[in-house]
Amino acid sequence: MTTYLIRNAQILGGAPQDLLLADGVIKEIGTGLTAVADIEIDATGLVALPGLVDLHTHLREPGREDAETVLTGTRAAAMGGFTAVHAMANTTPVADTAGVVEQVWRLGQEAGYCDVQPVGAVTVGLEGKQLAELGAMHESAAGVRVFSDDGKCVDDAVLMRRALEYVKAFDGVVAQHAQEPRLTEGAQMNEGQVSGELGLGGWPAVAEESIIARDVLLAAHVGSRLHVCHVSTAGSVEIIRWAKGKGWDVTAEVTPHHLLLTDELVRSYDPVYKVNPPLRTAEDVQALRKALADGTIDAVATDHAPHPAEDKDCEWAVAAMGMVGLETALSVVQQTMVETGLLNWEGVADRMSHRPARIGRLAGHGRPISVGEPANLVLFDPAYRGAVNPDSFATRSRNTPYKGLDLPGRVHATFLRGRATVLAGELSEQGGEL
Amino acid sequence: MKRHLVSAADLSRDDALLILDTAEELAQLSGRAVKKLPTLRGRTVVNLFFEDSTRTKTSFEVAEKRLSADVINFSAKGSSVSKGESLKDTALTLQAMGADAVVIRHHASGAPARLAQSDWLHGSVINAGDGTHEHPTQALLDAFTMRRHLNPGAGHDLAGRRVTIVGDVLHSRVARSNVHLLNTLGAQVTFVAPPTLLPIGIENWPCEISYDLDRVLPKTDALMMLRVQRERMNAAFFPTEREYSRRYGMNGLRLAQLPGHAIVMHPGPMVRGMEITAEVADSPRCTAVEQVANGVSVRMAVLYLLLGGATLADAPADAPRTETVEIAQ
Repeated sequence: MTTYLIRNAQILGGAPQDLLLADGVIKEIGTGLTAVADIEIDATGLVALPGLVDLHTHLREPGREDAETVLTGTRAAAMGGFTAVHAMANTTPVADTAGVVEQVWRLGQEAGYCDVQPVGAVTVGLEGKQLAELGAMHESAAGVRVFSDDGKCVDDAVLMRRALEYVKAFDGVVAQHAQEPRLTEGAQMNEGQVSGELGLGGWPAVAEESIIARDVLLAAHVGSRLHVCHVSTAGSVEIIRWAKGKGWDVTAEVTPHHLLLTDELVRSYDPVYKVNPPLRTAEDVQALRKALADGTIDAVATDHAPHPAEDKDCEWAVAAMGMVGLETALSVVQQTMVETGLLNWEGVADRMSHRPARIGRLAGHGRPISVGEPANLVLFDPAYRGAVNPDSFATRSRNTPYKGLDLPGRVHATFLRGRATVLAGELSEQGGEL
Repeated sequence: MKRHLVSAADLSRDDALLILDTAEELAQLSGRAVKKLPTLRGRTVVNLFFEDSTRTKTSFEVAEKRLSADVINFSAKGSSVSKGESLKDTALTLQAMGADAVVIRHHASGAPARLAQSDWLHGSVINAGDGTHEHPTQALLDAFTMRRHLNPGAGHDLAGRRVTIVGDVLHSRVARSNVHLLNTLGAQVTFVAPPTLLPIGIENWPCEISYDLDRVLPKTDALMMLRVQRERMNAAFFPTEREYSRRYGMNGLRLAQLPGHAIVMHPGPMVRGMEITAEVADSPRCTAVEQVANGVSVRMAVLYLLLGGATLADAPADAPRTETVEIAQ
């Protein structure tokens, strides 16, 4: 196995140190290491972070390989500094059986760019009527612990309660897409000033907040673990803060786009800004940043949602919802959280690696950068400045809201258990079985 | 003036007055035996209607033909559009056919804006109503009608005139375009509706809000009744048709509450017995039919100004009238 000697990396933004990666682990850390390695990397000016963990990725395979495959999606993940992603269940067929989650897991293993941890559907076909075989998915090779009907809300209160209770048997967690369906019929964008002017159906904040309020109460009642997907409103933050204050086992994530973009962008009617939950207001953005900074929101999760051009190159109402995000996530976090002084690099490592790994119960990820730990690392160049160019993306889709936007930072290298998946900003073409 | 007419907010006060004044000149044509002008001879205007609309489509078609444009009607029903062709491909097709202007009616809010911003076609895009967003030529013909009754004369605006718009503001593209244009022209707008039929955030619009029609009537110069679709009550926007009519419908008793000079307007199609009784609809103070006639003049003016020559912003203030006189010869 190739050994790497990384010179002068700033671990979590600290003083420059050398790291020796060999046998899949961090062998040595120190200044002026004398070890000999196959490849030496000058990491002067680069920040070393633990490999990022995404709790919320749409890899689209099986079913929509025109948008993304496990291979292209995990290549994008590696380019974004991720060493593990949770693949959402809303594929075709739905990942609601042991067979499908094992298939997705194996595809990830074969691709070799990133650990793919499948998320299992809570209900059969995401239809919100009958529990899927959660235990079977857990016992499969994929070892599923996170369950979500993402894209749809488990809106039936009894079903949600049972799911929360049932997964306790194997330390699972239900990740809820909080969207009250009746309040969001025909919803096209955040309900507020802009939707009223544009004549687009409103997706009110209360449709998210009412479900979160119900779910934290349910989780408390049955003593279960709840994770809230893509929190997007200031009101949701308040509810989660309250629930955490009670000591309830509730965690939450926020997407990079909700940390940066607002519904004012919808005035262009460009469907690249169409996403679910929708872009909210500047006040919501500020509340989300603050909540991520103070830990009320535990994690940044991309909700990477690739779509083919034809599903976005159309009128707003018929366009698909979602944005790609794996390759820009860390840059957006640098811009919105680091450069604003809200988080240091240690905080970034916590919200993008340690905590998401803990929520997903991923062993070997989100570990400290210390000797003997698995060599899951990203080297990030925070001094880089450049316009986002979708043509350079590794994802199969191009639906990024950041096209042409100047974002700071770029991934220089990503290591998965000591193997470089990205080196000098380029994908390793070695790939292959993990 | 911009190359497209997507939103009434695109129009400056000068643009709007130029359109109204030009429409006034063009309206004189309709009294003549030969109603046609050669202005747009050889130009191609496409009416791209994704939604059924007899009156707006006919109005545009008459306007285009009176200006001697080559008219192509492209309706979604029975065309490739209904077979799943995208808006983009339809637009590319029209571009290839050499459309100088596309008049588009679409059920999706923002579809005309998408066409105008894309590089799919190069002609002017005229919004003939998009979803629940805007219907700028309707607002222009409404303003034209109001000006004739309340402040007639070229160059005149609607400063200080009180316009009350009643009904389903939430789903109304007419209301949205009107609030933009009427503010541009200096009028004071009051929306009257049950709270369920007003959009969130309307308190920040440049208008007054009232839930009580009877209190607003005596302070109204122009009353505009919006159509209320019966099916709205199935979504709990209001309890019953009768209750809606009682609280927000226009009837003979309420007509008597209006100042003597005030007019009652309706963009059509009217739901008689719902938002307006036959007594009001057929009264001489109701301008619904006049609005239809004015619609042709206003749409002629829009087409003429967008396609006919120099952009309005570049044109000297007195140029358009000269132009109009020339073409009228």
